[in-house]
Amino acid sequence: MPNDPPPTLLAAMGSRGYLLTAWPWRAAGYLLSTMAVVVAAGLPLVLLGMPLLLAAASDAALGERALPAVLGLLLVAGLGPAVTIPLTGLERRRLRLVDVRPAGPGHRRPPERGVLPWFRTRYTEPVTWRALGYFLLLSAAVPVLYAAMLSALAFEFGAVAAPLILLGGDGPMVLGPLRLATPAEALPYAVAGLVLLPAVPYLLALVAAAQGALARTCLRNGPDGRLQAELVEVARSRARLVDAFEAERRRIERDLHDGAQQRLVSLTLKLGIARVDLPPGSPAADSVADAHAEAKLLMTELRELVHGIHPRVLTDRGLAAALGELADRSPLAVTVEADLPGRLPRQVESTAYFAAAEALTNAAKHSGADRAAVVARLSGGVLTVEVADEGAGGADPSRGTGLTGLADRVAVIDGRLLVSSPAGGPTLVRVELPCEPNRPPSG
Amino acid sequence: MRTEPTAVRVVLAEDGVLLREGLAGLLARFGFDVAAAVDDAEALLAAVAEHRPDLVITDIRMPPDFSDEGLRAAVRLRRADPGLAVVALSQYVELSYAADLLDSGDGRRVGYLLKDRVVDVADFVAALRQVLDGGTVVDPKVIRQLIGRRRDPLAALSPREHEVLALIAEGHSNAAIARRLVVTDATVGKHVRSILAKLDLPQTDDTHRRVLAVLTYLRGRPPAPDPG
Repeated sequence: MPNDPPPTLLAAMGSRGYLLTAWPWRAAGYLLSTMAVVVAAGLPLVLLGMPLLLAAASDAALGERALPAVLGLLLVAGLGPAVTIPLTGLERRRLRLVDVRPAGPGHRRPPERGVLPWFRTRYTEPVTWRALGYFLLLSAAVPVLYAAMLSALAFEFGAVAAPLILLGGDGPMVLGPLRLATPAEALPYAVAGLVLLPAVPYLLALVAAAQGALARTCLRNGPDGRLQAELVEVARSRARLVDAFEAERRRIERDLHDGAQQRLVSLTLKLGIARVDLPPGSPAADSVADAHAEAKLLMTELRELVHGIHPRVLTDRGLAAALGELADRSPLAVTVEADLPGRLPRQVESTAYFAAAEALTNAAKHSGADRAAVVARLSGGVLTVEVADEGAGGADPSRGTGLTGLADRVAVIDGRLLVSSPAGGPTLVRVELPCEPNRPPSG
Repeated sequence: MRTEPTAVRVVLAEDGVLLREGLAGLLARFGFDVAAAVDDAEALLAAVAEHRPDLVITDIRMPPDFSDEGLRAAVRLRRADPGLAVVALSQYVELSYAADLLDSGDGRRVGYLLKDRVVDVADFVAALRQVLDGGTVVDPKVIRQLIGRRRDPLAALSPREHEVLALIAEGHSNAAIARRLVVTDATVGKHVRSILAKLDLPQTDDTHRRVLAVLTYLRGRPPAPDPG
């Protein structure tokens, strides 16, 4: 991306015409504003750490120095964040002077309002302690480093200005270790200073860039930061949604079963009894017989419909029994081998069931096979359900929504769906679902 | 053999109010004496102890936890009194339950029917009478599912023999089977002998062997694991 503006000061320094861009000025601004930040952070931190500093500087016995040292450490650790947390946001914003890339995750939003959650979040997230370290390091290193840098700058500008100053007759002047009396004496230094003058912005930029890199490293939250938390939350909420959806299906099934289905059976039964009491061959007997036949048909249809919503046998007896029933309903000759220790979590059971149902439906519709095999096993905390047929193969998950929808459903509970279906067969659909066995079904 | 009273005394257990009332009405209409109609297994046991009925009709799943309370009560009753006729009603086909029930007593005087069957009023009443007469009645739908499972020891049977065995399992006599398949009684007898031979059943009296044949049929499938 040669035409993109450089994202960082360091990258800009390497480009031609650097001195004509705004970058040198940004570097200078960064360094100057750093001094204000160091004063704002350093003074309170030094005050908090005073007992420790005094203990370090005193010449008392080690045992006597231990208590103030520990006290100082505790003060810095306990109250230091109160100083640095307000400054962290400012530092992250200031970083944009030398580095416009996104700074990464900062302080997390506390899970709820209130003082206590705020403190819990702030004192347990990495960025708080990294920032404290950063400000301590800054407070210690910046005065020393900047003093050295300022002396170098003073020497440089002094050398350049020396001949002019000496021409004014204010000699001799002291320039670091040098004593210069005449302009002629100062001239070589001035020439050297002039030659080195363009290096000054580069020096400042180097210091600013190093500091920016330090800030960038220290002032971001760890990999277990907000994004991770949000991802986990999204996954959880998706699972909750599917759970709710499942529960709703079961509820609809139960309501229909306990309501409409019961009434329909009762009605059909009454019609059946009425038939017995009517003289055979009479018009009334015929129409009641018709009504009875209709009602029986409706009973069958309603049962199929309700079964499609959520098979009762799955609710009552679990996956193994439901797979057996699935095999019975299939037009293919299906063998079932379900080696399961008992009931599994509801979501796992129904996901596995609907996966097997979809796979068997596909086998019956498209494979041309006349038999299929379903194998369900639980080992090592993973439920595996395999549906195999010896048909024509060529099943393609990308065509048709059945398999894709299935994969989504399986993914919600962190499972995997594998399909192997070379042209010419055989087809194998395999579902792997993580699952804790023998947990009482929930919901 | 118990002496048949004029009216057959029935105790009925079914938790669905509508179906319970419908069944009671149906039974009364056909001259049965409904001694008690209850809605859970405990009440069923109590009612049987009190009324000493000839026939018990019970739903398999009942309160409190809708697993197999009715079935277990039925099996208990049969153990205590193998002569008691019991018809279990099931919401859907549950082969292992059918096998449990048919295993109780000597496999006679039991029935296993789907609930939907009761709306075919005449057939249902005929099935009850068959059970009272010492027969074994299993719902045709259950039988059909079993036929779908060609498994040992049933794999050896020819399709025609399967058909005959299915009819035996439904409680039909040789004569009735002959009428239904439009063949002679002798042909049916030949099929039955062949079936019994193929299923390797012991030589005892014929009815009992028929029941054993049915049981073999019903065990064509390993029972599903118990809900844990």
